[in-house]
Amino acid sequence: MTGFIIRRLIQSSLVILTMTVVVFLGVYAIGNPVDILMPDDATAAERDLAIKSLGLDKPLLIQYTTFLGNLLHGDLGTSFVYNIASIDLILLRLPATLELAICALFIAVLVGLPLGLFCGLRPGSRLDKLVMGASIVGFSIPNFWQGLMLIMLFSVILGWLPSTGRGELGIVFGIETSLATWDGIAHLLLPAINLSLYKLSLMIRLTRSGVREVMYLDYVRFARAKGLSETRIVTVHIMKIVLVPIITVLGMEFGSLIAFATVTETIFAWPGMGKLIIDSIMRLDRPVIAGYLVVIVLLFVFINLVVDITYSLLDPRIQVGGRSA
Amino acid sequence: MTDWINYDHPWRLAWRRYRQSPFAWIALIVCSIIVFAALFAPWLAPQDPYDLNVIDFFDAKLPPGSPSQSGFIYWLGTDGQGRDMLSAMLYGLRISLFVGVLSGLVAILIGMTLGMIAAYFGGWIDALIMRIVDFMLGFPTILVALMLLAILGQGVDKVIFALILVQWAYFARAVRSTALVEREKEYVEAAHSLGLSPQRIMFIHIMPNCLAPVIVLGTMQVASAISTEATLSFLGLGLPITEPSLGLLISNGYSNMLSGRYWISLYPGLLLLLTVFSINVVGDRLRDVLNPRLSR
Repeated sequence: MTGFIIRRLIQSSLVILTMTVVVFLGVYAIGNPVDILMPDDATAAERDLAIKSLGLDKPLLIQYTTFLGNLLHGDLGTSFVYNIASIDLILLRLPATLELAICALFIAVLVGLPLGLFCGLRPGSRLDKLVMGASIVGFSIPNFWQGLMLIMLFSVILGWLPSTGRGELGIVFGIETSLATWDGIAHLLLPAINLSLYKLSLMIRLTRSGVREVMYLDYVRFARAKGLSETRIVTVHIMKIVLVPIITVLGMEFGSLIAFATVTETIFAWPGMGKLIIDSIMRLDRPVIAGYLVVIVLLFVFINLVVDITYSLLDPRIQVGGRSA
Repeated sequence: MTDWINYDHPWRLAWRRYRQSPFAWIALIVCSIIVFAALFAPWLAPQDPYDLNVIDFFDAKLPPGSPSQSGFIYWLGTDGQGRDMLSAMLYGLRISLFVGVLSGLVAILIGMTLGMIAAYFGGWIDALIMRIVDFMLGFPTILVALMLLAILGQGVDKVIFALILVQWAYFARAVRSTALVEREKEYVEAAHSLGLSPQRIMFIHIMPNCLAPVIVLGTMQVASAISTEATLSFLGLGLPITEPSLGLLISNGYSNMLSGRYWISLYPGLLLLLTVFSINVVGDRLRDVLNPRLSR
């Protein structure tokens, strides 16, 4: 087990190192780095100073090591627009994105798990057919258009919910969150639902197919023969096995929620890092783009690592690394 | 004479099973209509939405069903520039399908080749290719495409390039896993003993037997590519204004939506949904039909 974790840690570090090369080449080496790191209206003197201080007159390899060194200090340049260190700016926006993603995941699990369970236990029933049809729509509907239609319906036509911003923030355990006030929750509802619908469909399908696979296994039949109540069989015996793949998939999907949050945040003007990156791309605020790349890579490598380790802990059948670990 | 064998080609068998689902039948017909509409958009559309001589600015933002100055009716209304929405959608569909299908096909070619090479040669080649695949699949499609376009800039070629880059790994993984099984079969051994070249064995002998999962995955991936392109264009990072795909049309209607002019965003979105949905239904059915585990 320890060997597996160490091996995965080395792999993760390799991925991070590869990504720093990609970011370095993408943002610094392609095109003129001075254009990237200086505002367009910089004077020639300012440019010369930047070339000197950035060491751009030195060979590429030395430039790369300097870049790595700066990276380790969390220094990727200063945002042109906000005039704050780009990494700080991104970390400032991170909690809003995490809040949105966690709420979306929560909705997907809370609604999807019972629905999938029901459909799996009664395959072919009218509700099953309806839910399965709806889940294909859920997979197919373009997320951004769905967001527009939610605004159209609930904000413009019905006028029930606000469509932009985070609303009033409250502080719970030292963290600023929209969940602390009613106004905040009202603002959170539409974006969270919009972000969750795709994962909800996935959740329903996963649970349903899991239940259908497990339902006819011998041990479930045995539990029935022992005279256990149906509720106990479903909630304890079936769910225990069904939940294993679901938890790992949820881990991976959490990463994709953060990725898709860029779309939802843009539509609902949610002040997270997804909206920040789109705004920065539009304004050519390149230090922020570089910073976002680095933060997102670290985040994903971390998520993948945690998912892999949980998976191997949860399911003893899996032999990590091919040989017995 | 050979009646008792009752031989049927597997593809014909699959087709016969496909038709058993009326829902999938309808989806296939809808798909065909959509492709037809996209191909023949210039002849089907009431007006050429990008011919400035035809567009009347005084017709801007008319609701669905309004008559135009020149006599025909805007069944789906007009957009902010006075274009007929129906025409703009047909032309947009053309671009969306073109980008989705082309990027899907190239991704299939690259993915199949690399997956086959990985499975056939094994060893460090396999390890190298599959590590790259793992790396690519470790990040969500939309995010990789977004970052690529942030660095590369806008343009049809760049969007197609980004979509190919995010899709090939799925095909490589699927082909590799099928080819690993096929490689061990007797017909491959026979081909080896005949002294055929590796290229010939890989692409003429093994490849046709790996097509089923590729077709299923390919259908789904085209749907996802169309959707991803629309998302990128909506965010302003995909296609330029000169190539107005469905995503860009929806984006244009965004600002009008809050003032109640819903049709500029609604109808292109419905068409996009219908396209992606029907392709997905076809793919879903194909998976059921082509899956050897379920066929017996």
